[in-house]
Amino acid sequence: MDAVSRWLTLRWRMVDLTAPLLALLARLLSGASTRWLDCQPDSCQRVYFANHTSHLDAIVLWSALPSAVRAVTRPVAAKDYWQRGHVRRYLARVFNAILIDRENIKVHQSPVDLMLREIGDRYSLIVFPEGSRNIETEIGEFKSGLYYLAKKRPDLELVPVHIDNLNRVLPRGEFLPVPLLSCISFGAPLWLETGEPKAHFLDRAREAVRRLKEI
Amino acid sequence: MDPRTLILVGGVLLILATATTVGQFLKRQRELGINPALVQQFNSRIRAWWLMCSVLAAAFLLGPASRVATIIVFGLVSFWALREFVTLTPTRLGDHRALFWVFFLFTPLQYWLISADKPALYTVLIPVYGFLFIPARVALAGDYKRFLERVAKIQAGLMVCVYCLSHAPALLFLDLNPDDASGFENARLLFFFVLIAQLNDVLQYAWGKLLGKRPIAPAINPSRTWEGFICGLFSSGLLGMALYWATPFRPMMAAGMAMVIAVMGFAGGITMSAIKRDRGVRDYGTLVTGHGGVLDRIDSICFAAPVFYHLTRLYL
Repeated sequence: MDAVSRWLTLRWRMVDLTAPLLALLARLLSGASTRWLDCQPDSCQRVYFANHTSHLDAIVLWSALPSAVRAVTRPVAAKDYWQRGHVRRYLARVFNAILIDRENIKVHQSPVDLMLREIGDRYSLIVFPEGSRNIETEIGEFKSGLYYLAKKRPDLELVPVHIDNLNRVLPRGEFLPVPLLSCISFGAPLWLETGEPKAHFLDRAREAVRRLKEI
Repeated sequence: MDPRTLILVGGVLLILATATTVGQFLKRQRELGINPALVQQFNSRIRAWWLMCSVLAAAFLLGPASRVATIIVFGLVSFWALREFVTLTPTRLGDHRALFWVFFLFTPLQYWLISADKPALYTVLIPVYGFLFIPARVALAGDYKRFLERVAKIQAGLMVCVYCLSHAPALLFLDLNPDDASGFENARLLFFFVLIAQLNDVLQYAWGKLLGKRPIAPAINPSRTWEGFICGLFSSGLLGMALYWATPFRPMMAAGMAMVIAVMGFAGGITMSAIKRDRGVRDYGTLVTGHGGVLDRIDSICFAAPVFYHLTRLYL
């Protein structure tokens, strides 16, 4: 029993050590500079929503946060992808990811409910509302999850994040990165207006991300 | 360390300290009416020089390992400059694998060949083997759109940021003086080269501000004028002559070398301006916010290094 618990603590320590190392590696590789525009890093409960162009998006966004904020921020990721193989499962644990089942969504187990249950009143989320990685230059339509998150928890700050150039560092379908320079911009938080229609809100959120590219 | 190296390094540190004091003074004296943007530019340039100078000095002071340390420093600078260059250059998905090898094979290999002192190989690695490899790898990826243009861009980045710059640390391997086992003679030559290239940038800029009337290529960079270029050229020559004791050259030769550095530095500056102008950015630093543009600081060194290297070899 003792050996098992020792082994478990060892594994937990490894997870604790891997996270900052991976964050550093991701930062070096992506040459990411971080801009906080009309928004300051804070450990209050937030939903960071960003455009999705590369596998590195979540880790680079996560590592762009100050470590105190990072400790309470959890990326949302696809279960089918991140449960395949030991490495991915390990990584998902390192980043304390919330894994969402994309294949069989049940009524009483909707992704939004799961996210809200997992974050409680402590954690923040990183979501990519486009659903999957986008190969077009334009940001794709946002899925409705963000709207329901905002509706069920109106107290969450929704922070738009634009990730620039990371799709060239590690494009879709590639596994070797090219260390170019990228840029992460955090914009002013937004909230769901009372009575705002879903489509309108999602357009507004998408526009908030897109606008950050031009500042 | 021998006295000549000490005087050279000490003199530069003294100048830098003075310049820093002046810069900080100007920053606090708003009422003098000097453009604050200009003061900020001056201060950021000085910061870059402190960094350059301390890195070079630290690399020199490492003793027996100093050559390797200097090469590693230049290799990292190349790597970063190449990052800026390729980030600025639009590439397509089909270039990804070729770019990977450019960053992780050709760049380290070039510097490894420099450190192994293999001039026959490092002078052809990128112009020949890189030239053959890049188009073939891009073709293998199967994307033929604007093929020659894309290949040329990658090759140009590799040539400027890696091949040309690597000739600066290659100066450390020249047989300047058979009696000098410490290598300080070579270290001083490299220091002289970087110093003249950097000061020439400033001299051309300052003369241009003072006397400049006729821009050389107004569409590319209106602040580069004939007056600035010619006055900068001659003042760099005088400066080179004044520093001849730090080099293996005689006074007139040192002046000539400094003027060659000045001409090549100008060529590098205006070439990089043309690329930036085409891409619609002001400098490589603003390309991705928060990064100081390394390429902006070293464009003159990149262009001058191979010419200075070859002329020094001819002179020996």
